[in-house]
Amino acid sequence: MKERNKNGKTGRVRYTTGEQVMHVINVVLCTLLSLAVLLPILNILFGAFSDPYEVMKHSGLFLYPVKPTFYNFSLVFQNPSILTGYLNTIFVVVVGTALNVLLSLIGAYVLSRKGAMLVKFFTLMIVFTMYFQGGIIPSYLIVESLGLINSRWALILPGAISTFNMIVMRTAMAQVPDSLPESAMIDGAKHHQVLFLIMTPLCKATVAVIVLYYAVAHWNSWFPAFLYLRDKSKYPLQLILRQILFQDETNSMAAESLALSSEAVKYATIVVATVPILLVYPFLQRYFVKGVMIGAVKE
Amino acid sequence: MKALKSTRATGDVYIRDPLSKRFKKDWKKNKGLYFLFIPVLAYYLLFQYGPMAGLLIAFQNYKPIKGIFGSKWVGLKNFKDFFESYYFWRVLRNTLRISITNLIFSFPMPIILALLINELRTKHFKKAVQTITYLPHFISLVVIMSMLSDLTSRNGAITQFLAHFGFTPTTMLQEQKYFLPLYIISGIWQNIGWNSIIYLSAIVGIDAQLYEAAKIDGAGKLRQLFSVTIPCLLPTIIIMFILQMGKMFNVGHEKILLMYNPLTYEVADVINTYVYSQGLVNMNWSYSAAVGMFNSVVSFLLVWGTNKFSKKLSGSSLW
Repeated sequence: MKERNKNGKTGRVRYTTGEQVMHVINVVLCTLLSLAVLLPILNILFGAFSDPYEVMKHSGLFLYPVKPTFYNFSLVFQNPSILTGYLNTIFVVVVGTALNVLLSLIGAYVLSRKGAMLVKFFTLMIVFTMYFQGGIIPSYLIVESLGLINSRWALILPGAISTFNMIVMRTAMAQVPDSLPESAMIDGAKHHQVLFLIMTPLCKATVAVIVLYYAVAHWNSWFPAFLYLRDKSKYPLQLILRQILFQDETNSMAAESLALSSEAVKYATIVVATVPILLVYPFLQRYFVKGVMIGAVKE
Repeated sequence: MKALKSTRATGDVYIRDPLSKRFKKDWKKNKGLYFLFIPVLAYYLLFQYGPMAGLLIAFQNYKPIKGIFGSKWVGLKNFKDFFESYYFWRVLRNTLRISITNLIFSFPMPIILALLINELRTKHFKKAVQTITYLPHFISLVVIMSMLSDLTSRNGAITQFLAHFGFTPTTMLQEQKYFLPLYIISGIWQNIGWNSIIYLSAIVGIDAQLYEAAKIDGAGKLRQLFSVTIPCLLPTIIIMFILQMGKMFNVGHEKILLMYNPLTYEVADVINTYVYSQGLVNMNWSYSAAVGMFNSVVSFLLVWGTNKFSKKLSGSSLW
């Protein structure tokens, strides 16, 4: 492919010596940064596929799997709490994201209707919460008073809307020409029909963006679970992971921990818990990036 | 007044209805819309404004059994206790130290990366650098912090690497002096790519004619960078800076809770982790709510102040 000039004509671009030097420095810097990001991640991946004994002896980063084996993974899946953690996480991701998206669609739709009198007030009320919050203590007391302690719903309801994501959605809906919903309303459609049958399909790219944002946030979240859940059987994956990786409870798992605490198994556990997201990410990168850009658009 | 003026200007005999009548009309027309909004409104009232009202316990000696209506009111006692305690200075110092270091070292990094990526000539290489540097944004904090503790343990790869340069190997996360650098560097590692997206899209949006004009005036690549790209980026940089200033007192607790230990509390305990440990571990509900409220109020004033200041100075503002 030929270089494209800034004015759109294609053709060879001539660079001065200074520009060439800058270019080389730039490429070197970008390569070093990419390596710095990639190597610690690959280290985990290769460590997970290496022989546990080799991992124990090894110092420095793994640049390839040493004596490749799946043994570590077989140990990971023998741990029942990993499986329950997976199931709990999947429940929270699916139900939580569905609720998140439903509420954000509704909120975004209402906030993007400029004609109604109360909309300005609602917008102000919602944007204010981005800059002022009650904080974790009063939030905890609210969750407690609702009887949600030790319930999986405590991981879903208090964060049912991310204001940022809803504003992203609103920005997209505000760009749909008013004539579309208006003509539907004249034909007798109700607001919920306009929202779900007209606006949502028109903004499906942005809907994809917020689905991804919410799902990733649920998948990676650990603190609400740490705060609100008591039974280990309800713990999501990240909290199980925290216990295994930071060896919180040396007492209850004493028997298993000998096998489970080896470095290699830790690596394998990380891989198991992280791979689902890292697998989808490259395919969806376009959408993720788009969200940041919509979010950046001011009023 | 406004309505009157426009009436005169256009010569129409239109007179605005009184508020109550307009409201009635609006209700009749938009009833469906408002009904649709109920679940969203309920969420904000319950989980956003509920906790704000809950901050009242900061002025009480709150006992869960007595509830918010039965507990004794103590005025500003909890705030006074906080300002007079040894921990006030410790958490304030740590919070500000982390924020300011962050502002100096982490804030410019994504801007620099965006400028570098923008100058790359090969499309595939550009794409690869972006894909790789965005990656850590999707890894959970639990995993990142365990990677960090693994790499900086006595036998960890980073410790061993530094040992070549005369560094005495230790478990770095147990040493107070390494806490701040590790906090900042791991933060840069996780966020540099993702935070660069916003700057990169701002750069892409710069009018190509500006570069043309600069070129005709004889500006080289470097000159174009300083005279076109950076000035055009400035509004975005200022907005991000305002947001960052607003977070000055809000160093997140999630990362630090995963990262600190009794040996490093002295340098790692920030306002938010203090609120957590006082409230949810020691059950000093009212006291920790007071500390949290102090944090919320100061944070809000900071965003508001910076915003106002920047509006006056540069015309860029959040609202």
